[in-house]
Amino acid sequence: MLKTFKIGGVHPEENKFSADQPAEVLDFSKQVIIPLSQSLGAPSKAIVEKGDLIKVGQLIAKGESFISSNIHSSVSGKVLKVDQVLDQSGYRRPAIFINVDGDEWIEGIDRSSEIKKEITLTKEEIVKKVHELGIVGLGGATFPSHVKLMVPEGKKAEVLIINGVECEPYLTADHRLMLENGEEVLIGTSILMKGLGVNRAIIGIENNKTDAIANLAKLALNFDGIEIETLKVQYPQGGEKQLIDTVINRQVPSGKLPIEVGAVVNNVGTAFAVYEAVQKNKPLIERTVTVTGKGVSKPGNYKVRIGTSINTLIEKVGGLPENTGKIVSGGPMMGKALNSIDVPVVKGTSGVLLFEEEEARRIEPTNCIRCGKCITVCPMGLEPVLIAQYAESEMWEEVEAERAMDCIECGSCQYTCPAARPLLDYIRLGKFKVGQIIRIRSKK
Amino acid sequence: MNDIIIYSVISLSLIGIIAAIILHLVAQKFKVIEDPRIDEVEEILPAANCGGCGFPGCRNFSEALVKSAHDKKTIEGLNCPVGGNDVMAIAAELLGLAAEEKEPLIAVIRCSGSHANAPKKVHYDGPATCAFAHNLSSGESGCPYGCLGCGDCVAACDFDAIYMDKTTGLPVVKDNCVACGACVIACPRDIIELRNRGKKDRKIFVSCINEEKGGVARKNCRVACIGCSKCFNVCSFDAITMNNNLAYIDYEKCKLCRKCVVECPTHAIHELNFPARKEKKVEVEKTVESKKVADNAAEIKK
Repeated sequence: MLKTFKIGGVHPEENKFSADQPAEVLDFSKQVIIPLSQSLGAPSKAIVEKGDLIKVGQLIAKGESFISSNIHSSVSGKVLKVDQVLDQSGYRRPAIFINVDGDEWIEGIDRSSEIKKEITLTKEEIVKKVHELGIVGLGGATFPSHVKLMVPEGKKAEVLIINGVECEPYLTADHRLMLENGEEVLIGTSILMKGLGVNRAIIGIENNKTDAIANLAKLALNFDGIEIETLKVQYPQGGEKQLIDTVINRQVPSGKLPIEVGAVVNNVGTAFAVYEAVQKNKPLIERTVTVTGKGVSKPGNYKVRIGTSINTLIEKVGGLPENTGKIVSGGPMMGKALNSIDVPVVKGTSGVLLFEEEEARRIEPTNCIRCGKCITVCPMGLEPVLIAQYAESEMWEEVEAERAMDCIECGSCQYTCPAARPLLDYIRLGKFKVGQIIRIRSKK
Repeated sequence: MNDIIIYSVISLSLIGIIAAIILHLVAQKFKVIEDPRIDEVEEILPAANCGGCGFPGCRNFSEALVKSAHDKKTIEGLNCPVGGNDVMAIAAELLGLAAEEKEPLIAVIRCSGSHANAPKKVHYDGPATCAFAHNLSSGESGCPYGCLGCGDCVAACDFDAIYMDKTTGLPVVKDNCVACGACVIACPRDIIELRNRGKKDRKIFVSCINEEKGGVARKNCRVACIGCSKCFNVCSFDAITMNNNLAYIDYEKCKLCRKCVVECPTHAIHELNFPARKEKKVEVEKTVESKKVADNAAEIKK
């Protein structure tokens, strides 16, 4: 019996079309737009001005608060302007526009493909490096990685869990990374272990990526303290709390961080970025993005410089299919439908999915038939139907009492609902309102 | 057998009498002496419990009125927008004070981004509530300030004074609006504003709250305020202020001269309930939609 988390979960159709497409390096476009808020927390502050000449890897925006990250230029060229750009929701956010000119890198970045295995930096130096080079969690939530490495006083990290689950259907970026850059991922894991001061790391991978498991298991023999764990295919196993439950059988208490149970979770993408930052001095300026969809003629994985327009990616896979109904950034379960395709790829963009009109259309919701399926599949043990009903009737105290803030927004409830009720939509609304209420309360 | 009945009747009566004595004593001890005027004032209030006065219900408002009259000898600052000046005058009379005259207000929709003026670029098929749609994205037209058209304001209205116009996709305020402010709170984008009803219900206002630069705003909506300051320059009464690429007309200073309406290049300034202009002056070619909004409002007034 393969391990999985204890409560809830669904298994949507996997549709991993691009699983055997090697990650291809995408030529950067003429202009890149680098948004200033690419990670969780406060937006960074631009430190370049219009007309400045910049090189690849140069720091262009500084994260000023504790939870925020530095942003580096992914191209070389001239700063066109610091202006507003549409984000994925269609709201305007500040960004740096750069006109690309050549590909000149700043000194000190090791661009060779040689693998550097020896870790020379100390624990403190590793954390500093990860902070300086703007590494954020690449699993989707873009939580600044240096914050995770700083264990709060009184707590002790016991085990590092590396998330290679990629439980979202369609996405294959992490899969390809584990296959092609397995050794780098393992070195990155060792670096994270050193940074945290733990001597045990577990890489959790779902059973639908057997080649990646085999590859990493073989390579891991040369690394101390790294285990590879094969997991049952179940969504949302990639959720932090679910993965901890699966791998070490500990439950993170409501409203607490994983460190409470002695675990720290990082994505394989993050481990790779940490390797590049610490061993090669390369900031987080590119990431692997899966571009796929049922109607796409040649789905694939691409190594993209941050700031490249999503439009460029779509052109690369053969243009927008005629009957496209929805374009989603991220996975199909948790991703966000785009308002416009002229938005740039950011640190958190794991995939671009093109859905056909037929697939994208929502089914007309009918009345709740009280079957309780949403309660069965909720991985957090909540009652989505109740929270959604309370939120619909604007009963915010009840929404809070039903522990809506514990919801990880995985969408399993809405996916499974036979009456096609917009459960998650209302839960999100409830979470937003309850969040506002909590903020007001804490100010008092 | 008879004994049982007699004993139980006697014991129950005794318990009843003792309980009654205790209750009476407790009631004496914890008696709350209430100002009888609270009931009297509450009687004349509209009993809509809309919250327009800032209190949870009419009872709380009448308590506040009596308390203020008792403590401060004035009821300044307290106003029932639903009852208006008439009700406030009676309430003041009951309390032996003078009521201050307040200009009645009405809600106006400060957005003209109808289907025709601000064409849809994307399709939203989520739950029909503006609160969620606002969190999710900038909306179907792409204007991050404009009306989302899901009708949270209509749902919030207790007086049936606002409805959704199907052709324009914008809410329309009817003349029976009492300015309770429920829609103002319900709108996640703060489009609805309470403005002076004005003489003969005539109003002039900038029907846009987009603070983006002119070109950007115009891309999404052809009747957006582009912040050109033309109205600001033409106004003789200093009623117009320019802030963040947006004009705002102060209703207290506006003398309803309508100069700005003619001047506005994007027809973002609306006039309501005015007589038709003389032939010569008709330069204002409003978009069909915005005219419809005005016409609708005029019709309802009739």
